[in-house]
Amino acid sequence: MKNKSFGTKLLTFVRDNTVPIMFVLICVFCIPLSGFSFSYLLNEIITRMGRNIFLILALLIPIMSGMGLNFGMTLGAMAGEIALIFVSDWQIWGIPGVILAMILSIPISVLLGAFCGKILNMAKGREMITSYIISFFMNGIYQLIVLYMMGSIIPIKHFSVKLPRGYGIRNTVSLLNMRQCLDNLLAVRVGGVKIPVLTFLIIGVLCLFIVWFRKTKLGQDMRAVGQDMNVARDAGINVERTRIISIIISTVLAGFGMVIYLQNMGNIATYSSHSQIGMFCIAALLVGGASVDKASIGNVFLGVILFHTMFIVAPKAGAQITGDSMIGEYFRVFVSYGVITLSLIMYETKKRRQKSQMGLQLQQEQMEEAAK
Amino acid sequence: MNEPLYTSTNPTLRERLRGFVNSFGLPRLIIAAFLLMLYIAAPFVGAGFWMQISNTINRFSWNAIMVLAMVPMIHSGCGLNFGLPLGIISGLLGATLSIEFGFTGGMSFLMAILIATPIAIVLGAGYGWLLNKIKGGEMMIATYVGFSSVSFMCMLWLLLPYHSPTMVWGFAGKGLRTTISLEGFYDKVLANFLQINIGSLSIPTGTLLFFALLAFAMWAFLHTKTGTAMTAVGSNPTFARAAGVNVDKMRLLSVVISTWLAAIGILVYEQGFGFIQLYMAPFYMALPAVSAILIGGASVNKASIANVIIGTFLFQGIVTMTPTVMNNMIHMDMSEVIRVVASQGMILYALTRKTEASK
Repeated sequence: MKNKSFGTKLLTFVRDNTVPIMFVLICVFCIPLSGFSFSYLLNEIITRMGRNIFLILALLIPIMSGMGLNFGMTLGAMAGEIALIFVSDWQIWGIPGVILAMILSIPISVLLGAFCGKILNMAKGREMITSYIISFFMNGIYQLIVLYMMGSIIPIKHFSVKLPRGYGIRNTVSLLNMRQCLDNLLAVRVGGVKIPVLTFLIIGVLCLFIVWFRKTKLGQDMRAVGQDMNVARDAGINVERTRIISIIISTVLAGFGMVIYLQNMGNIATYSSHSQIGMFCIAALLVGGASVDKASIGNVFLGVILFHTMFIVAPKAGAQITGDSMIGEYFRVFVSYGVITLSLIMYETKKRRQKSQMGLQLQQEQMEEAAK
Repeated sequence: MNEPLYTSTNPTLRERLRGFVNSFGLPRLIIAAFLLMLYIAAPFVGAGFWMQISNTINRFSWNAIMVLAMVPMIHSGCGLNFGLPLGIISGLLGATLSIEFGFTGGMSFLMAILIATPIAIVLGAGYGWLLNKIKGGEMMIATYVGFSSVSFMCMLWLLLPYHSPTMVWGFAGKGLRTTISLEGFYDKVLANFLQINIGSLSIPTGTLLFFALLAFAMWAFLHTKTGTAMTAVGSNPTFARAAGVNVDKMRLLSVVISTWLAAIGILVYEQGFGFIQLYMAPFYMALPAVSAILIGGASVNKASIANVIIGTFLFQGIVTMTPTVMNNMIHMDMSEVIRVVASQGMILYALTRKTEASK
């Protein structure tokens, strides 16, 4: 009897955590094959945690307000990049540069976030695909600004940033004088493993902020909107405004996250840094066991560790198995997309199952709603 | 007498104009006007008008079938087929296998279609089955099904035992190349059929006829009993179910047709382009097709053959015209930006329409 209940418990646990378990298995299988030393792996993972966690945390608030995975976080990343381009043009380096870039990114992020939120309000029920297309659309505008308007209309002076033709920004902007300045300040070395204490402190502050934010009036409103928009509206919550604010917060955080990410990388790939960010952050979050409608800070940390372990070891392990290093590269890209696909499918099937269970009354309501 | 008549016609005229703008859609109007402007500007800036026209027609003939592939799924209510890459992969498998088996010339094109068909049907059936499980979230999942299948195939292109020396990497002797030339195989096999050349204007009649054939078949299909049932499923699933239509079966059928058309579409594209592009090339191929049909006047749940033709022509017109004309006009190559903003803006517009988003 007791055994059986344990069995069913195990089954539900496995069903609820399919993706993380799958990833643990992949990692356990690949780590010995890759032949990396433990301290090397640990070092890499800690670096990548510092680099990525802030960005991924930016995804949590839109999930809370029921808007799904915010593919529009790319907009925040663009804002961060534009801010960093300005800062490096003005030759302000080190910690002041990082702080100035963060401050500069805020107005751009707010503007972009408001735009994104407005459009998502017009496309309720299909937020994810819309935010995904917005990220492409904005990429076009971003190119227009950075490649044609910067230097010709927007003043950009420094030769290391500007293209030789007189306008437009170079393909890569070096942040060498800013590289890892946040990570190296207060860094602690434990047996050859560098721990960027300050970066983790900033991440810790953001985690506290998110925990606190959930308890505020606005945070409660967002959860109510996420549960049921109509009920929330009847309760006197301004649904549209709440949703826009949640996207703005997410975009601003993504902008900060991008500044942290790029100061760690040490250069900006002006036209491609932001394009993959959304996908990798979302994949990492989902690997941590989050779903489209539920995500916690724990998911973020677990996701970063598992996803990036896979990311580091897959090419080497793939080369070991097949003798071709490209296989591993393609494998990790496939896994990133596959995880997102799988999570989306699981979320939709779960939603449908719940819907059918809710009985006739709700169905009738839905039919009335559809008739509207 | 005249005065009241005048005041009464004036608002109706304005209303009619507004009604026209509303029904046609402002973005569409802007894009059409922009293209018209490009055509007018072309001769002045020294870009040959007839050359531009034949370029546009050529590109139209390459891409039209992939845009046509959007129609069945829109009709059955599955939304825009962002999962087009799945069909493209079936086409690519057909193409590479046909060459691997040693077919050449026009025969290789025929064999590519024959081999791609069963693959497209199987993949399309699986894809359709999946989309039936997740009604309501089709578009997002379709996008990611496309992405994962493309990245999965990236591994297979390297691992599958291809041996034909025209396709594999020379030094390794295995693994397919990223681009494979079709010279000696089906390069321009349709385009050269009955090709018309008048001065600098050249029309790939064969490709256009092939498209016309498929478009007509699609039109005819939509008017059969099954086709009407499919449209019914798209416009009102509850009503369709009450009328005894098997909703899931219709949706599945539409997905299979769409996938198959995408497979044929990529083969036609390749014969015009002259190369097979593998690996990450099919990744973003769905987006131009999606925006083309939307520019042509389709919405998330309504599309016709006319939308396909107008949309492909407008979209490909902009793609071919902007680099040359804009370059000559302002000496800046802004074509990429214009293309991205116009096409993605169009998709955004369609996704945010309330009337069209009622489902």
